[in-house]
Amino acid sequence: MSHQTTNHTRTMTDDIKDITSQNPDICYQCGKCSAGCPVRNYMDEAPNLIVRYIQLGLYDKAVNSSTIWLCAGCLTCTTRCPKNFELAAFMDALREIALKKGIKIKEKAILKFHKAFLKQIKNHGRSYELGLIRDYKLTTGDLMADVDAAPDMLLKGKIGIFPHNIKGKESIKRIFEKTEVK
Amino acid sequence: MQIGYYPGCSLSGTAKEYGKSVRAIFKQLDVELADVTDWSCCGATSGHVTSHKLAMALSARNLALAEKQGLKEIFAPCAACFGRLAVTKQELKNSPALKEEIEGIIEDKLNNTIEIINIIQLFQKIGKEKIAEKKVLDLKNLKAACYYGCLLVRPFNILHFDDAEQPTSFEELVKSTGAEVVEWNYKLECCGAAHSLPRKDIVVDLSKKILDDAMKHGANVLVVACPMCHSNLDMRQKNIIKANPGQKEIPVLYLSELIGLCLGLDNKQLGINLHTIDFNIRLKKNVEEEVAK
Repeated sequence: MSHQTTNHTRTMTDDIKDITSQNPDICYQCGKCSAGCPVRNYMDEAPNLIVRYIQLGLYDKAVNSSTIWLCAGCLTCTTRCPKNFELAAFMDALREIALKKGIKIKEKAILKFHKAFLKQIKNHGRSYELGLIRDYKLTTGDLMADVDAAPDMLLKGKIGIFPHNIKGKESIKRIFEKTEVK
Repeated sequence: MQIGYYPGCSLSGTAKEYGKSVRAIFKQLDVELADVTDWSCCGATSGHVTSHKLAMALSARNLALAEKQGLKEIFAPCAACFGRLAVTKQELKNSPALKEEIEGIIEDKLNNTIEIINIIQLFQKIGKEKIAEKKVLDLKNLKAACYYGCLLVRPFNILHFDDAEQPTSFEELVKSTGAEVVEWNYKLECCGAAHSLPRKDIVVDLSKKILDDAMKHGANVLVVACPMCHSNLDMRQKNIIKANPGQKEIPVLYLSELIGLCLGLDNKQLGINLHTIDFNIRLKKNVEEEVAK
């Protein structure tokens, strides 16, 4: 699925097109995505500006933003875009590209949460709450996070103490080996 | 009626009561849930935000397992699982090359014909008549704000379910329990979703707006159909109250719990006793009134 031609140096736009089948150049910057974005206030750059950076070839600005990590994937932008540009999928692609490039990301805790979550899936095939909390706390060093809520959740059995291992967990491991972006 | 069932991870963990109440009510409504054997995580948010192919492969494995079992339809009660399975199906349909690649990764073949439905769609299949027939309690003391959240109706171009901006199917269903539904503005606004642990501040802000709008429009209960939404609106409500002195409580029920109450199941059978914000007082009042009749 390469868009590369002989006269064309591969750009981040090509990578985005490969991952999402979306062309960022169709965006005409109406700003409807940013207007409806529930997490816009917490981002360093508005979502439409990230698309603009890509259009202008200012790739570093896009992948270094906190915006791509704070996008909650609510799909309000994707739903409302008058050009049918799937902005949420575009944000997914930029995160994947940022990880591949080894960029130092601004929202470290968010990435650590995702990694801790995926580690449980890789090891057991299904989510394992106690393992997730343990690995998240160990990697962030935020050992006191949610100490108030956790005992109640444990008592109610909402945090599994033991993991549930699926029978096909080896097949899950192989899926991760073939696709995981480290 | 038999239907394929993909419970998803949350329903035996943080959303234990959703799992419990789903099993209890569909049994009552004569629907047999056939679990997808050895199902695995759909990839959830963490999958699709880090690797497109990982997300596709994790969901596709489950679709392939369900097909092998001869299932034609799978019901996914978690709105996020529902979304991930449906998006995967559509993307693999759009691109035969991607489908082939993913089949290589999961080491399995996929016909990709299975239908994926959410909890409201399952109720629509069963029909309101069936609920009316089995109804034992009229929930008329409840003023419900039906909260769709993000993933029951979005992405609309893939799900084609209800309406992406002004959906009404949730309210229609809730009305059949005798509960009153309120008109409000935040039924599709995001609760902050997977940011609950790493950016609790965002979840507290966004979820507070949802709770406040529901109460402002006269609701005395919120009804949801997503484990992530429930934990942000119920479990995180303690954090919201702590951060905002004077903040009033509002209980948050899963749709399956609400339907279960109207079918005569009790708090324990439905797992309502596992919530952070207590619901019992309201229910008691309702039951007493019914009994006094």
